[in-house]
Amino acid sequence: MTVSSTSHQQEQGRFITVMKDILARPSGRIGLTLVLFHILLALLSPLIAPYDFKLQNSSLMLSPPSSEHWLGADHLGRDILSRTLMGGREALLVTGIATPLAVIWGGFIGILFGLVGGRVDEVLMRVVDAFLSLPWILKMLVLIVTFGTGIGVLIPTLTFFYGIPVIRVARAATHDIIARDFVWAAKARGHSRISIIWRELLPNVLDTLMVEGAMRWSWMLLAFSSLSFLGFGVSPPTPDWGLMISDARGFMSFAPWGVIAPVIGLSSLIIGINLSADALAKALGIDRAQKAPM
Amino acid sequence: MPQSLFIDIKNLSVGYTSRSGKTIPVLRDVNLSITRGDSIGLVGESGSGKSTLALAAMGYFKRGLHVISGQVQFDGIDMLNIERNALQRLRGGRLALIPQNSGQSLTPNLRIGQQIIEALRLHSDLPATGFDAGVIDLLSQVRLPDPIGLTDRYPHELSGGQQQRVAIAMALASDPEALLLDEPTTGLDVTTQAHIMELLRDLAKDRNLAMLYVSHDLGAIARVCNKVMVMYAGETVLTGSAKQVLLSPRHPYAHGLLASIPRLNEASLPQALDGRPPMPSETITGCAFADRCKLADQTCHSSPPPLNHLETGEAVRCFHHDQIGQLNRKPEKSARSNPVVADKDIALSLANLAVSYSRPGLLSKLFTPQDTPPSTVDRITIDIKKGETLGLVGESGSGKSTILKTIAGMVPAQSGNIILNQTEPLDTMVEKRPAAYLRQVQIIFQNPDDSLNPRHTVAQILAQPLRLYYGLSGTPLRDRSIAILEQVRLGEHYLERLPSQLSGGEKQRVAIARAFAADPEIILCDEVTSALDVSVQAAVLDLLDVLKRQDGTTYIFVSHDLAVVKAISDRVAVLYQGRICEIGPVAAVYSAPFHPYTDALLGAVLEPDPDVAPRLTADDAVELSPPKTGCPFQRRCPRKLGSICETNIPTAQEIAPGHIIHCHIPQVDL
Ligand SMILES: Nc1ncnc2c1ncn2[C@@H]1O[C@H](COP(=O)(O)OP(=O)(O)O)[C@@H](O)[C@H]1O
Ligand code: SF4
Ligand code: SF4
Ligand SMILES: [Mg+2]
Repeated sequence: MTVSSTSHQQEQGRFITVMKDILARPSGRIGLTLVLFHILLALLSPLIAPYDFKLQNSSLMLSPPSSEHWLGADHLGRDILSRTLMGGREALLVTGIATPLAVIWGGFIGILFGLVGGRVDEVLMRVVDAFLSLPWILKMLVLIVTFGTGIGVLIPTLTFFYGIPVIRVARAATHDIIARDFVWAAKARGHSRISIIWRELLPNVLDTLMVEGAMRWSWMLLAFSSLSFLGFGVSPPTPDWGLMISDARGFMSFAPWGVIAPVIGLSSLIIGINLSADALAKALGIDRAQKAPM
Repeated sequence: MPQSLFIDIKNLSVGYTSRSGKTIPVLRDVNLSITRGDSIGLVGESGSGKSTLALAAMGYFKRGLHVISGQVQFDGIDMLNIERNALQRLRGGRLALIPQNSGQSLTPNLRIGQQIIEALRLHSDLPATGFDAGVIDLLSQVRLPDPIGLTDRYPHELSGGQQQRVAIAMALASDPEALLLDEPTTGLDVTTQAHIMELLRDLAKDRNLAMLYVSHDLGAIARVCNKVMVMYAGETVLTGSAKQVLLSPRHPYAHGLLASIPRLNEASLPQALDGRPPMPSETITGCAFADRCKLADQTCHSSPPPLNHLETGEAVRCFHHDQIGQLNRKPEKSARSNPVVADKDIALSLANLAVSYSRPGLLSKLFTPQDTPPSTVDRITIDIKKGETLGLVGESGSGKSTILKTIAGMVPAQSGNIILNQTEPLDTMVEKRPAAYLRQVQIIFQNPDDSLNPRHTVAQILAQPLRLYYGLSGTPLRDRSIAILEQVRLGEHYLERLPSQLSGGEKQRVAIARAFAADPEIILCDEVTSALDVSVQAAVLDLLDVLKRQDGTTYIFVSHDLAVVKAISDRVAVLYQGRICEIGPVAAVYSAPFHPYTDALLGAVLEPDPDVAPRLTADDAVELSPPKTGCPFQRRCPRKLGSICETNIPTAQEIAPGHIIHCHIPQVDL
């Protein structure tokens, strides 16, 4: 048996153990169910939505829930149920691509800073901190106003902004690990830098980054929906929860179903992600308490 | 008047619910009663349920634990069915807890005075106008110097011992009637610990406290407790007076535990208590200790022994307690014969080694060279012979780890040389040392949790040196790994385990195996047994000794525990503030004449014997950096001669061949 196959099997074994641990927790079970449900919905909603999401029917404008339109219709007379079922597709697509990208580039830079250490690291971290202290919505709006909206801009923008807090976390984790005795021991044995980074550092930092990624995902979803809400995200008539809330909020007093449905859609997904992240962190034995939102 | 039971725990069983829904007990049918004026020591290996029981005494259970049956009463109050608010008032009020590391858990950004005022506000009847006086009073009671000045300081400006005293002062703020202490001195220096024990002992007497003292340190227990209860696998196995339990233990486990403690008055390695306690989830049919017991017979394995109450007042859970005499204290094991090393070659020379952590900027080097702080470690000159074990002792911060790290090339030397096998001096940084030298020096750290990568299996851990130094892979790698595991008395089935699946002792064995896998000439051991239970410590010391005999390895063995160093070393160097105070063969250093610092250290050792009181000569003050001139020990020395100690570096006095004391006191007076 070669050693690489042992370690591969061991990774598999670990995946199963961690999965079991997550599923043993109520938060993990509920969270993963919600997330899985939303992903399936995003994939299948075009097939199961009862009506065409674009179809406007002026006779139905702002009509309350009925037996034909279970959640009523919006101000253009479109079926709210169909639009809500499909309202997460864009958000999941964009954040589903941008989150891993953000974790990868932020993680890479963070680990690099952590390894370089010293003055360079300190100066660079000041820059990161200064950047983080600006309100996120402002930074994104500047970019979006300059380059326009659309997926082609949103994905890079979100990837960029959400990678920056990951730098912090990856750097802190790197600092933590390289101060531990097992890294000292490897240095004293005379292992090469690459081998120390690859064998000793990365496996431990990756755990932290995974949890961080799950957290970032939920924050990114919220940001994406906020941008849509402000009119900088998805362009009509594509259904999107943020946009739907924005459109329906003027009629809230007499047609609240237009707001309630997308809010439930969005919050159940975010809660699902947060619960899963929580369970993952516990399963990996990582304390998440100190991680602040962007 | 008959003493009323103050803390009364009856038939308490506590457990958790496993994933499969079964109730797993961690405390089984435990009884414990404490009257005021009583001080009960609770001992046992980690995992035996000591802390669970102590916390149960205040009606507290860690998350996941629940009471299966039994009752807990405090002064007649039912602690298990008490209203929440009333319980909150009792805790920290009439019943105070001093947990492990409580000194370190003071609020970092609050001044000492404010923290104690907070405790007074919450838990005392003092009017607000009396707070300031109350603070001063409490700080003086725990014998902190300059209580007034102290109130304005922050916790990080105090030493570990001082912080621990502040934590004790806060616990006393409510004028408690009962005190629960969970390992209150673990991690503190010998001298500090001895002083804190004296303080607790006096407080308990003056205030007529009911005290429950949890510790794995039988020396500390011997000092403050009048009764002792020994726990094993969640059960009481022995109770009795401190003298009965510590001097003539009537239970085989307690007997083994005491035999595993290294003692200053013995020249041999302590006896290891082999095996490990059963996990709470294992089903036990007979005596929980049967697998490790030398007296065990058929009955022991098949039926659980009851707790026998003896006429002498002890209670023993053992069928064969009357045969305890067969377990004579020191069987076959004779005094450790030190290998003859006098005529061997020198394995390692440290020549006038100095290390400094401060890196002054260029400007201060040019303009204020006199302001550079003295080196952390200085004037270290030692030749270590092949196959010799050199012990380094001293309090924390005395530079022991720094010296090891410098030898290993992890911290650069400021000046001086490190010479391996009488060749040319080694480069100070590990990256620049020739590969052939790297294999020859290996290091083992204090805490295996930190020195083993949590994501690597034992196989991967052992593969590192084997692959790096010997290029092994595939079947030869596996075979060699198994052979090495067997040397440290672990089996092949450990290969696929992760560190989290090992006990503390097993982890340290893996760390030792990793060091030996390189087949080094010198192994640097940094407090390698300090994080282990005493029984496990004895086994690890024994293992190190056996391996050394096989391979003729040279050890530099660092520890703050004088008895451990004595047990394993051939020669000892006593360090203070990075400078050698005394060096010589073990027997010479551990007997008169002494350097004043050696004397202070040895005097402060707490023996697990209630009849032996420590001799406290020096204060437990902590110095942050060595003095610039003169003797390193000048600020704490009880025998300081005068200004000569402040200005002149003490000369080396050769008391006997190889036994050197650095002190101005003339040899005849030492
Ligand atoms: N990395 C470091 N940077 C600065 N000072 C250090 C560092 N490591 C240790 N020291 C200081 O060096 C002195 C000796 O420490 P150490 O060698 O760890 O002693 P010991 O192992 O005897 O407890 C202490 O005063 C400690 O604070
Ligand atoms: S009952 Fe038997 S196994 Fe248990 S301690 Fe006594 S002699 Fe040993
Ligand atoms: S040289 Fe002076 S200060 Fe130092 S130990 Fe001797 S007597 Fe004490
Ligand atoms: Mg140390």
